[in-house]
Amino acid sequence: MKSTHIAPGPVPKKALTGIVGLDEITGGGLPHGRTTLLVGGPGSGKTIFALQFLAYGARSVDEPGIFVAFEESADRIVANADGFGWKLPELRDKKLFFIDAQPAPDLIQLGNFDLGGMLAVLEAKVSEMGARRIVFDAIDIVLALMPDDAARRREIYGLHAWLLQHGLTGIITAKAGSEVTTTETKQGEQPFGFMQFMVDCSVVLNHFVVQGGSQRSLRVQKYRGSSFDENESPFLIGKNGFEAAVARPIDRSALKASKERVSSGIERLDTMLGGGYYRGATVLITGVPGTAKTTLCGAFAEAACLRGERTLFVSFDADSNEVVRDLSSVGIGLETHVENGCLRMISARSLTGSAESFLVRLTALAKDHGARCVIVDPVSTWIKSNDGIGVQGVAERLIDWSKSEGITLLCTSLHDALSNSGIGSVSQQMATLADTWIQLDYLVQSGERNRGLAIIKSRGTSHSNQVRELILSDSGVTLADIYTAGGEVLMGTLRWEKESAERVAVEVAEVAAELKRVRLDAEQTELEMRVRSLQTELVAKQTEKELLTRTTAINERDLTRGDNQMRELRGADVAPPESK
Amino acid sequence: MTLAMNEPVQYQFRLFVAGDTTNSAQAIANLRALCRAHLPDRHTIEIVDVFHEPARALADGVFMTPTLVKLGPLPGQRIVGTLSQLHAVLQALGLGGIAE
Repeated sequence: MKSTHIAPGPVPKKALTGIVGLDEITGGGLPHGRTTLLVGGPGSGKTIFALQFLAYGARSVDEPGIFVAFEESADRIVANADGFGWKLPELRDKKLFFIDAQPAPDLIQLGNFDLGGMLAVLEAKVSEMGARRIVFDAIDIVLALMPDDAARRREIYGLHAWLLQHGLTGIITAKAGSEVTTTETKQGEQPFGFMQFMVDCSVVLNHFVVQGGSQRSLRVQKYRGSSFDENESPFLIGKNGFEAAVARPIDRSALKASKERVSSGIERLDTMLGGGYYRGATVLITGVPGTAKTTLCGAFAEAACLRGERTLFVSFDADSNEVVRDLSSVGIGLETHVENGCLRMISARSLTGSAESFLVRLTALAKDHGARCVIVDPVSTWIKSNDGIGVQGVAERLIDWSKSEGITLLCTSLHDALSNSGIGSVSQQMATLADTWIQLDYLVQSGERNRGLAIIKSRGTSHSNQVRELILSDSGVTLADIYTAGGEVLMGTLRWEKESAERVAVEVAEVAAELKRVRLDAEQTELEMRVRSLQTELVAKQTEKELLTRTTAINERDLTRGDNQMRELRGADVAPPESK
Repeated sequence: MTLAMNEPVQYQFRLFVAGDTTNSAQAIANLRALCRAHLPDRHTIEIVDVFHEPARALADGVFMTPTLVKLGPLPGQRIVGTLSQLHAVLQALGLGGIAE
């Protein structure tokens, strides 16, 4: 085991608290059989923390518990915790025992006293119900009654010894800032200083306001014999109780990089990305308002739901119903998926709180829903609610979390946020960390605005370098090739014009070709005819020539015969003399 | 003055103690001394050791010891501590006049 602290001997046994995040921070829970001091101001969540620890013990790990209530009555505590779904009334008395130990308001205190009565009662109860966990809520109330620090110290040490002796895992809560101040208490001393030294583990809860937003945080101050996350971790009190943000450094080597592709919901975008997003990847879509960021989210959500993957859609800008309605106008039907529970729409507009608490809430919601795909639209609004401190942490943690859970995360971000808020803005941070970054833009040209989509980066995948035009219609979302002419990108009407011009040109060319073919045909026919007529002429000429030859031969023969006949007639020699 | 007319009020006390710890022993001694001095023959003291009878401590909601519970006469009263300041204890028990 690697540890920054030197842990002598074996790692102490730990008692799981069931508190989301805390078990990770402490590496397995509070020290088992030891005492933990929980200090926090009023309303910082001490009672809930302690109660959740007991409820989890009683319900899930078969460790019955006792709750000693010094401040609020047990009935009120149980009633207040009703909203958390721990079903305390079910556990009460058998596995979870409450002791009302509030000092009566009219109680008179004269002289020294001790907590012997309480220990006697507890002793009996512990052996009766086999309790393993115990909580002393608001010990400061009873300490305030004690006459001096010596008495306080004596009682607390007595209590601690008793806890150790019985091997109980205990939590003692005390209000910070309410420590009894006497001359003996030095200024600047740790709250309940002596208790801090006594206990094996100490947890501090803070509740403060940052720029009007409530922020809660938790810090493990000490943990004997164990390493722990020493940083302050934001937490919130959510639907299921106490939830702390885990800043655990993810062991990157343990992450399985999936080669599986998931569809973006837009066929041509998948093609551009070489098959879609990677499963478990973080996708960032940036753009100015109205560039159809939400539409891309919707397309992705629909595709995920059609694959049967549970999806969480967190919308910061619009109400869930509006998002569903608006998306249906571009042919993205989310309604059925919402109805059958596959898709969970969360409208985060009304939520207040720090970015950190959103993160905690988001992870809790996703876990609750069993989401494989999470959409945050837009992440820039979310981060706006933070003052900038820890923003990097939020973005990083969001991505770390989604990766460790194998969740495909789709975030949108306003482009403004990217350019204006400078270094450290979450969009910028996200853009660096995201696996795929898609940029949406308006292109204003010839009095038109058209949407353009470009993939700026997509890790581990060959992707198209070309800007595409994003076309929304009531039948869905498509991408169209854009025309580049004279170094200019043509979109919208210009693209359409270019397209029709091209169509006309093709038609013209076709007609021209047809015309030419016809003309050539005609010429061919003509030539053939001429050839035929010439051939006829030729034949005639040949015949004529033959005739001529024959005639000439006859003539000659006739002539010769005529001569001879003449000679015969004249009685001359057959062979006439050469000269007359 | 007859006893019948002035039937003295009986003081009923229950003192929860934690074994023989110093605080508890002091409380027992202080209470007995007080009763002897101010409530002779008109008091009853029941001493409950929480280590022997934790159920009674739980039932009475006693967690700090020693705790003196005045059961009668009404109104009841609880006093936590060693009862070392006699005057204050008498005041608290409604016996202020006697102390004078």
